[in-house]
Parts: sequence; C-alpha cells; structure tokens
Amino acid sequence: MKITAEQVEYVALLGRLALTPEEKKKYSAQLDDILKYMDMLAEVPTDDVEPLAGPVKLFTPLREDKVEPSLSVEDALRNAPAVTGSSLRVPKVIE
Amino acid sequence: MSALHEHTAAQLAEMLRKKEASSVEITRSVLERIDAVEEKLGCYVTVSPEEAVKMAEEADRRLALGDVKPLTGIPMAIKDNMCRKGHRATCASKILYNFYPPYDSTVVRLLKEEGMVILGSANMDEFAMGSSTETSYWGPTRNPWNVEMIPGGSSGGSAAAVAAGEAVVSLGSDTGGSIRLPAAFCSVSGIKPTYGVVSRYGLVAYASSLDQIGPIARDVRDIALVLNIICGHDPKDSTSVPRDYPDFTSFLDKPVKGMKIGLPREFFDKLEDPDVNRVMKETREIYQGFGVSFVDLSLPHLDYALAAYYIIAPSEASSNLARYDGVKYGYRAENFDGMIDMYCQSRAEGFGAEVKRRIMLGTYALSSGYYDAYYLKAAKIRTLITNDFRKAFEECDAILCPTAPSPPFRIGEKMDDPIQMYLTDVFTIPVNMAGLPGMAIPGGFSSDGLPIGIQLVASHFEEARLVQLSSAFQNETDHHLKRPSL
Repeated sequence: MKITAEQVEYVALLGRLALTPEEKKKYSAQLDDILKYMDMLAEVPTDDVEPLAGPVKLFTPLREDKVEPSLSVEDALRNAPAVTGSSLRVPKVIE
Repeated sequence: MSALHEHTAAQLAEMLRKKEASSVEITRSVLERIDAVEEKLGCYVTVSPEEAVKMAEEADRRLALGDVKPLTGIPMAIKDNMCRKGHRATCASKILYNFYPPYDSTVVRLLKEEGMVILGSANMDEFAMGSSTETSYWGPTRNPWNVEMIPGGSSGGSAAAVAAGEAVVSLGSDTGGSIRLPAAFCSVSGIKPTYGVVSRYGLVAYASSLDQIGPIARDVRDIALVLNIICGHDPKDSTSVPRDYPDFTSFLDKPVKGMKIGLPREFFDKLEDPDVNRVMKETREIYQGFGVSFVDLSLPHLDYALAAYYIIAPSEASSNLARYDGVKYGYRAENFDGMIDMYCQSRAEGFGAEVKRRIMLGTYALSSGYYDAYYLKAAKIRTLITNDFRKAFEECDAILCPTAPSPPFRIGEKMDDPIQMYLTDVFTIPVNMAGLPGMAIPGGFSSDGLPIGIQLVASHFEEARLVQLSSAFQNETDHHLKRPSL
C-alpha cells in the first residue's frame, strides 16, 4: 500500500504536527517502508484469537474515598508557558 | 587500592558499615570521576553535585545513628524520564527542556527512603524511543568501551554511567529493550522486571502496556539489592501488581544444578555475527558445567514480534504524547495562528525526528479504517507470542538468548534507516510483548574488544530465578569485572 501525500497531511494534522515539505516527503517514504515490513503480519491467521491489551491481568483497584492532599494551584501552574492569575493562558478558541 | 567510584554498591555498603569510607567521600569520588570523563561520554542530562553532597551528608548522619538500609549512602543515577520534585526531567526532549516535576515518582521516593544519593538524571533517546541514545536533544551518549560507538538505548546514559564509574548503580526504563540493550553494549548488568512489578507512577509514559523500570549495575548482587528497594505494589499505578517479593539477595550464589534452560530455535537461527555465536556457545558450556540441561524449543510467532511491537508501541506513544500541547507545561512555539496551529507548531518545533516518525506511524495505525488491520492485528499477535512463551516455560526454567544480534555499532550508522535500527531490538522486544522479566549480563567481547551481552528470560514474576542463574554465571566468569579504559 502506497501512502499518498494527502494521507501524510491528514495524519500529521491528526497528530498535531506541522511538517515541512521535506519532512512530508521523508515520512511518507519511511512510513511506506515500515508498513511494508508490517505486511508480514497478514500471514498469521488470527480470526479466533483474542487481542491482548496488557501482559498482566488488569483489575480495577479501589481505594477508600478519603480526601488526600493534591497538587497546589501554584505547583500545577509553575511549568506552564503562559499564565494569567490562576489560569493557563491560551489563544482565543471561541470567536 | 582502587578509587572508590570503581567499587560495586555491595562493596561500598560494606565499607560504609565498617566506617572505612563515608558517603560524602564516595559521592565526591564519583563526582570527580564525572568531572574527568563526562565530557567524553555525555552520560548525563543534569548533574546536581551540591544536592548530591547534601544527600550524602544526610546519609552519613543516618549511618552514624545506625539508621541504615542496605544501600544508604550509595550514589546513583536516575533516567531523565523519572520525576523528581524540583529537579528537571526532560525526557531528552526540547519539548520538556524546562520541565521541573512538582512531585516525586514512586521509585525516587523509594530511593530517598533508602537514603541513596541521587547524582542526577541520565541521558536517553528522546522519550525513550531509540536503540542508540543518539536521538537525545542534548546530544548522543558515547560508549565507554569505544567512544566512536553507540552505548545502546534508550537508557544509554544510565548504562554508560555505571560502566564508566560515573554512577555506582542506576535506574533505566525498558519498553522494547531499553535497559537490556545498553547494559549489554556497555558490559554491565540490567534487568527488566515483569510488567507490573515496579511502579511506573512518575515515569513519563512512552508505551504504557510495555514500559517497565529496572536497575542497571556492575554485577547481579547490586541488581538484587536495587530490586529489593524498588519492587512492590503501589496504589498510585493501576497496573502495579499487589504481591510480595522475596529478598532477591537470598538467590545469589544458590546452586543451579538440575535447572533446564530453553534455547528457542527462532532466536538462534537468526545469529549471523560470529562473535555473538561464539559467546553464546561459551555461555552454554559454562551452564553445562553447572549441571544445567538444555531444551530445544520453538516459539513459532517470535518472528512477528518486531512488526507487532512497532504498531503497538507507536500507537500507544501517539496517544500518550498528545499531552504535549504547549499549554500545561513544556515548550510553546513563539509564532502561531490560533489554538490548533499553536499545538502543531509547538509539537513540530519541540519533538525530534524519531518521535515525530513514531507519532505519525501510531496515529496512522489508529486512524479510522486502519485500526483492525494494524492495532487489533498486532494485539492478537501479542496473545500468540505470550502463549508461545507460556508453553515454553512448561518445559524449561528460563530461556537463554543473545541480547542483541551484533556488538555495538558506530554512531550515525543506522540513523537514517529506521528498520535497521528497529532490528537491533529483535531479541529484547518479544520479552516486553509478553510482559516477562529479562536480564542482560556481560557475556564476553568481540574480537575488537566490544561488549556482547547474553539474555536470560523467565516466566512472569520469576525475577529471583534470573538473579540465581546470572549470579552462578558471574561467579564463574570475569567479563563483568572488566572495566573500560578511558
């Protein structure tokens, strides 16, 4: 299967990556190669096989509904690139 | 007498108890070693000498009071993807270049409770995506045995630091071989425990169904000592398994006579490198001498593990790395046009080439219309691989195979050929896919003096058996005692 330029652009947008024209070219060729390598998986019959999501049996751990200390607002905002008061500052989203 | 930084943690702990050295002296010796060789190797992203000496002084106070645990006062390194309150954790990425975690990861909390001295955070492939530690935003780490060569990855800084005396022990993380591969390439010991044994709380996520933290050390005794600290249930990690762990040091020096070791033909059929072949043959002879018997095995789906891994890991990564958006923390681009563009520009400028490649691959594999063909198919193959191992362990106590198909390669050699780079992990990836414990220990050297590692794999939660088998090997061989000349 050949990856088209449109597909690379679409996937880059889904992945929120602004790619340069050179990157688009490079990744479309490399994704092609990698996906060609993946084609070997089609040889394996898997109709009756359950998928494995994780290597150990998962369970839902429950804890007592007790209030515990959590991150302070200051600590939570300390790493933010832009802050106004006690909020994260972002570009205008709603016109 | 050799310098303090050359000793193992067990030897140094003994000296501390006998008051032959203080933690401050040991820490200063390691810091001097860092000053001497770090420029050549690039093992660290951040070293905090003053903080380390402070921790050593505190350890000496504890030692004076008799309030000691086995590794109190021993200097060590964490990997740059582990959160430590107030200390930068960058994941070797520009996108986290200024991230100072507001909390301690569980492993860091446990190391502090032990009274260990944290020297700093070790270099790695960006977001742990790589086999060579070349993709770090801060520049590559070099192999202490030959600085033209890669140290393996992604925990290359953690392994090279231990090999070069820039840390006594260290922690790494392993998603597809990232502890075992650099351990092998730097001629040190490293274990990836069973998935769920060590808490991942505060470990920056790469591929959550595969990631696991483990120790890197100069011998298996030190590995056992660090495992005793970090293994255990943590309610803050929902994949952490509630169970009790043995004292791993009680499995050192235990006889291995009568044990059965499996040799999967799919692993050995692939071996082309004559030096790796010779090391595997010598290893078999040594185990034979202990009265261990060998079983020829087949793991029929092993050949599909790599392809399935490179669907599952990038898919999980594309989801995990969605959090880097230039809003809550990390890098934000200066120029953009609106919210979506701010995400796209920040991520484009903040991530390196390999991380972008894996985000693209994972996003593609999970995108509408391709989910069944890629992710679901890979998850099913994961079941088949896990079943293969389960059957194999009905016939043997552990599996023996190389850690990598060749000795370390040259810096730059595989940077433009992703598939060749991915194939470096062909012997380690199946172990993560099945969530099994795997130990890499030094097995010998190539004809031109480069390290070659062997790998032992056991059934789920059988880390103790790996300690036992590896310790028997190290009691009989001296590969792990050799040090690079720098």
